[in-house]
Amino acid sequence: MSTKNWPLWEVFVRSKNGLEHRHFGSLHAADADMALENARDVYTRRNEGVSIWVVESKNITASNPQHNGEMFEPAQDKVYRHPTFYELPDEVKYM
Amino acid sequence: MSEEQIKNLEAQFEARIARDEKIEAKDWMPEKYRKTHIRQMSQHAHSEIVGMLPEGNWITRAPSLRRKVALLAKVQDEAGHGLYLYSACETLGISRDELYEQLHSGKAKYSSIFNYPTVTWADMGAIGWLVDGAAIINQVPLCNTSYGPYARAMVRVCKEESFHQRQGYEIMIKLANGTPEQKEMAQDALNRWWWPSLMMLGPTDAESIHTEQSMKWKLKRKSNDDLRQQFIDQTVPQADLIGLTIPDPDLKWNEEKGSYDFGDIDWDEFWQVVKGHGPCNKERMNARVGAWERGEWVRDAAMAHAEKQQQRKEKQAV
Amino acid sequence: MKNENLYNYILGIADNSLILGQRLGELTGHGPSLETDIACTNISLDLFGQVRSYYQYAAKIAGDNRTEDDIAMLRKEREYVNVLLVEQPNTDFAYTMTRQFLFDVYHLLYLQELQKSTDLTLSAIAAKSMKEVSYHQRFSSDWMKRLGDGTKESNQKMQNAIDDLWRYTDELFHQTEADIAMVKEGIGVDVTALKEKYHQIVTSILEESTLTIPESKYFQKGGKLGIHTEHMGYILTELQYMQRTYPNMEW
Repeated sequence: MSTKNWPLWEVFVRSKNGLEHRHFGSLHAADADMALENARDVYTRRNEGVSIWVVESKNITASNPQHNGEMFEPAQDKVYRHPTFYELPDEVKYM
Repeated sequence: MSEEQIKNLEAQFEARIARDEKIEAKDWMPEKYRKTHIRQMSQHAHSEIVGMLPEGNWITRAPSLRRKVALLAKVQDEAGHGLYLYSACETLGISRDELYEQLHSGKAKYSSIFNYPTVTWADMGAIGWLVDGAAIINQVPLCNTSYGPYARAMVRVCKEESFHQRQGYEIMIKLANGTPEQKEMAQDALNRWWWPSLMMLGPTDAESIHTEQSMKWKLKRKSNDDLRQQFIDQTVPQADLIGLTIPDPDLKWNEEKGSYDFGDIDWDEFWQVVKGHGPCNKERMNARVGAWERGEWVRDAAMAHAEKQQQRKEKQAV
Repeated sequence: MKNENLYNYILGIADNSLILGQRLGELTGHGPSLETDIACTNISLDLFGQVRSYYQYAAKIAGDNRTEDDIAMLRKEREYVNVLLVEQPNTDFAYTMTRQFLFDVYHLLYLQELQKSTDLTLSAIAAKSMKEVSYHQRFSSDWMKRLGDGTKESNQKMQNAIDDLWRYTDELFHQTEADIAMVKEGIGVDVTALKEKYHQIVTSILEESTLTIPESKYFQKGGKLGIHTEHMGYILTELQYMQRTYPNMEW
């Protein structure tokens, strides 16, 4: 039995310049170079990318959905952050 | 948590799914939801990985270079699909190694159809056309399933899968339009793969255990019998078109129903293969376990090297 | 054939990729991890892609009705001119990667020169293939380092593979008649000039991998003249199975 398994990595791919890197999925690799190579072979076989980021999954800090109330709901009623909150005379067409 | 609290959470959970909201990995979920998903996704992943073997069997013998690259790419896609699905499974807190362990020990199931041997080149056509055809019918609805990581994996799988069935049907067309010997090869493959393909869509609704719950969780959108009917209705005209005969004397268009009537499926054979006594169950497992065991020193060495590199880096930094 | 030297020269390039691609194809579904399996199949696909370009060009030069598949699958063993290195079996992953590495380093050096060929088709195929093969070399070199400098067991397995496979490397730098003729015309690559650089690169990667080149001065040759190891017949048995069993059919 193996002593240690290859860790999990998250793969982010930029599909073309001008777009952001997007999460594509994950894979296993022993080191960062291998993760990058594997990501290339697994996730860009059909010409899906021009740039790849890999990050070991354990290095990601994620918010806890159980705290979603306090985390995200307070932003819901701050309507004044959106342009539609403000009234304009009909004559002003573009603003 | 008290029982009432859990009940409350479960009710909220079911309501979210009913509203078509997606469930994500870190969300609270009933234990049964988690287990059912691990089971279904890993079965699906195992099927992809074991499914590489019957087709891999013909890579070195493909009849032309064009066919060879198409087959290589297809079998490689299956590895990719297995990988996407194992990854989706891992979001639920089980490792790929544990999943392999379940497969290798015989605890986990995979699609029984891959326990049939591929004996002629035409089997590459029949598998692509029929087996992938049946798989797509099963898979497309899963792109909308409730568990986010599964749905996203399936979107990717379905996108890539679309060339597989065409690839298979094209092989069949070429054979059916070829010499009498080639046509016979195609018909023979259809004869052998037709019934297992129908079985692949699962036991009849009367015998299927998980359906109701799975429907609610959108793990399943249509019943096995409905899927089977859909598969037959779409495949029969495709066989007609290339002059091959479906090996079912009872197959008949039913004008009233607007679909085909078909003969009885040999469910004894189905259960025999499911229970591990198909023609290739042992060979498939030996191949998987063998590859895993032969790879152990490779995986260990890669880890050992990564650790050494890490230590060297840390030393340099001091 | 009018251009027999060019024809034979192309086979000399393409047969290597054909047989190596075939060997890698045997492994699909049997790799040490899913990710590695996918990667090796990618290399196989690159090689077969190159093979098709070369054979299609060769078929055009032959000027009769032969196709890429006739060239790939309907010759006799003595007519295949790949080097012995690429036909060596997948004994274990150490052999597979070492064979790959020893070929990749040569292959890339070779393509860098072929790119300058006065034959525009060959130089175009070379330019395209170089990108693929640069990646192959990077991939196999990384694995040499991982497995050489991994565990004691992996180091031993890798050293065994090098010890066994090194004797097939000298043949890479032998010139055939077609080679000599094509170099003269500015079409072919003078492989004898690649040897020193090859040794430099291989030595440096092996050093990093804590592996050593065996000291023996004895080498094997013959592939380029169609005299193969006993493995070759079995490779061809599978490769040619369909074309031989069902002659003159389309697939």
